[in-house]
Amino acid sequence: MFDTPDFDTLAGEVAVATAHDVERALKCPRLGRRELAALLSPAAEPFLEAMAARSAALTSQRFGRVIQLYAPLYVSNLCANRCVYCGFSAENRIERRVLSLAEAEAEAMLLHRRGFNHLLLVSGEAPGVVGVEYLEALALRLRDRFAAISIEVQPLSTADYARLFHAGITGVAVYQETYNREVYRQMHLAGPKRDYDFRLATPARGAEAGLREVGIGFLLGLSDWRAEGLAVGLHLAWLRKAFWRTALTVSFPRMRPASGDFEPPRAVGERELSQLLFALRIFDPDVGLLLSTREDPRYRDGMLGLGPTRYSAGSCTAPGGYAEPDAAGEQFSVGDHRSIDEVSAAIRAKGLDPVRKDWDAVFQQDEAA
Amino acid sequence: MLTIAGRTFGSRLFGGTGKFASPAVMREALAASGSEMVTVALRRVDLADPADDIMQVLDRDRYLLLPNTSGARDAREAIRLAHLARAAGNTEWLKLEVTPDPRTLLPDPVETLAATEILVKEGFIVLPYMNADPILALRLQDAGAAAVMPLGAPIGTNQGIVTGFQVRIIIDQARVPVVVDAGLGAPSHAALAMEMGADAVLVNTAIAVAGDPVRMARAFAKAVEAGREAYEAGLGEARTEAEPSSPRTGLDFLR
Repeated sequence: MFDTPDFDTLAGEVAVATAHDVERALKCPRLGRRELAALLSPAAEPFLEAMAARSAALTSQRFGRVIQLYAPLYVSNLCANRCVYCGFSAENRIERRVLSLAEAEAEAMLLHRRGFNHLLLVSGEAPGVVGVEYLEALALRLRDRFAAISIEVQPLSTADYARLFHAGITGVAVYQETYNREVYRQMHLAGPKRDYDFRLATPARGAEAGLREVGIGFLLGLSDWRAEGLAVGLHLAWLRKAFWRTALTVSFPRMRPASGDFEPPRAVGERELSQLLFALRIFDPDVGLLLSTREDPRYRDGMLGLGPTRYSAGSCTAPGGYAEPDAAGEQFSVGDHRSIDEVSAAIRAKGLDPVRKDWDAVFQQDEAA
Repeated sequence: MLTIAGRTFGSRLFGGTGKFASPAVMREALAASGSEMVTVALRRVDLADPADDIMQVLDRDRYLLLPNTSGARDAREAIRLAHLARAAGNTEWLKLEVTPDPRTLLPDPVETLAATEILVKEGFIVLPYMNADPILALRLQDAGAAAVMPLGAPIGTNQGIVTGFQVRIIIDQARVPVVVDAGLGAPSHAALAMEMGADAVLVNTAIAVAGDPVRMARAFAKAVEAGREAYEAGLGEARTEAEPSSPRTGLDFLR
């Protein structure tokens, strides 16, 4: 099972990299831990253009000139955890809402009519309300109308993931938030999420259960992003080796200093986010890279073609927010408010194809069904 | 150190016992190679007979004997030979070879996988000889193979690593040691395999039929060591053209 190396050790590996190490990593056909550390280091900052060029070439070669589109569907903001940085945190006085299956289906169909075929079901952590039964029932309602449905909910058991896979769930995303154990402890004050190791082993459980895609990542802003980047890269490489049938993705949820009253202790700038994304692309040419509507249109448009492979669009992070645009209780405020058609137009303007369907429910239909 | 199924090996060159002009030459060549693992064809030797011409010159304290199922045409035959090896040779180690085509001696992927699944369950330490097919390598590892042995080129052809592109993928993805087997005709071929990151190579024909097998064995030993050391030291990539020092991708949008 994967275990995060000592965080200070990772930070040290990044810190000692030199310009020579970066040059070498940029020419290396197959990168290892040392090369990734070099690309994440301060010494790589002057090489950002070269990294962008390499990242762009690898992305185009592996994925083609396309961007996949998806939309998140928040089904609940109820949460048992107290996480310092999160709008859903149990102690926050926000309007709490759990969509009924009918309401969730209505939201999904609204997204479907807008042109979305790939759906990401999101919730806080309230297994008594939004547990595997709820998710299974919702997946069964939606599976015939969407090409792919993924989940970003509380960590589940292998058996539950297998059950959801048979109900039509294609992938799971679960972010470690921070690979720094000490910071993890400080950020997660109460609730089941305090268990670092259970969360860390979640991507492996999803892969073991047969899910086709597993997404990992960390919250940019909680700890030293360079060491986090090395940790997520090592996690990625471990998963790739252990579960060769599973497609892997990495997301880059970046906390903005402006959002909410939580000030990210280690805020990450745009150039740094870009360096992280390029480094991971060069490290793993096959990994899917997600850039969500947390980022603003200027940045998202600028990054098109340089490394990311999947964009969300027209997102709302409050349960019921698609039917009622003024719904309260959002997780974070988005930076890109454009519709799917506007984002698609921006993608086309860069000479890329916005892809709305890149999977099919038939892959997961049981022969007997 | 190379470890396979919990056993460590000081040398990354594995030897064979076929095609030598005499058992005496074989013994000398194997000694010069520094090998610690030597494969023997079950159809050629009698593992239970200390008087067997090959067995009597192989020091079992020095070499781990790796019985192979050379000649087997399908999984059933290979499994029968494996049972014979266990009974007669008192060993669980097995180089699984299933080669239905006597002309090319290329391994049958379907039968090899089927036999691996069964033999692993029966407690054998299975090292399958296989074509350099990355997905097959993964499937064999999933089935419990202790190492995988992709071919560089068809056995006895001395062509070197013509499957390099595939072997590289196998090495990248491997969770068990990768031993490049078959087709290595010159020490430079073995060195290349090691530079690519192979964990070991198995060489038989090129040593056995050399003008001076003992010296050739020594040459292969040096090549394997050099290749491994180069791999560990970190090779630079050969390039055909210079890279522009300051490419422009357009990062002007960044704030």
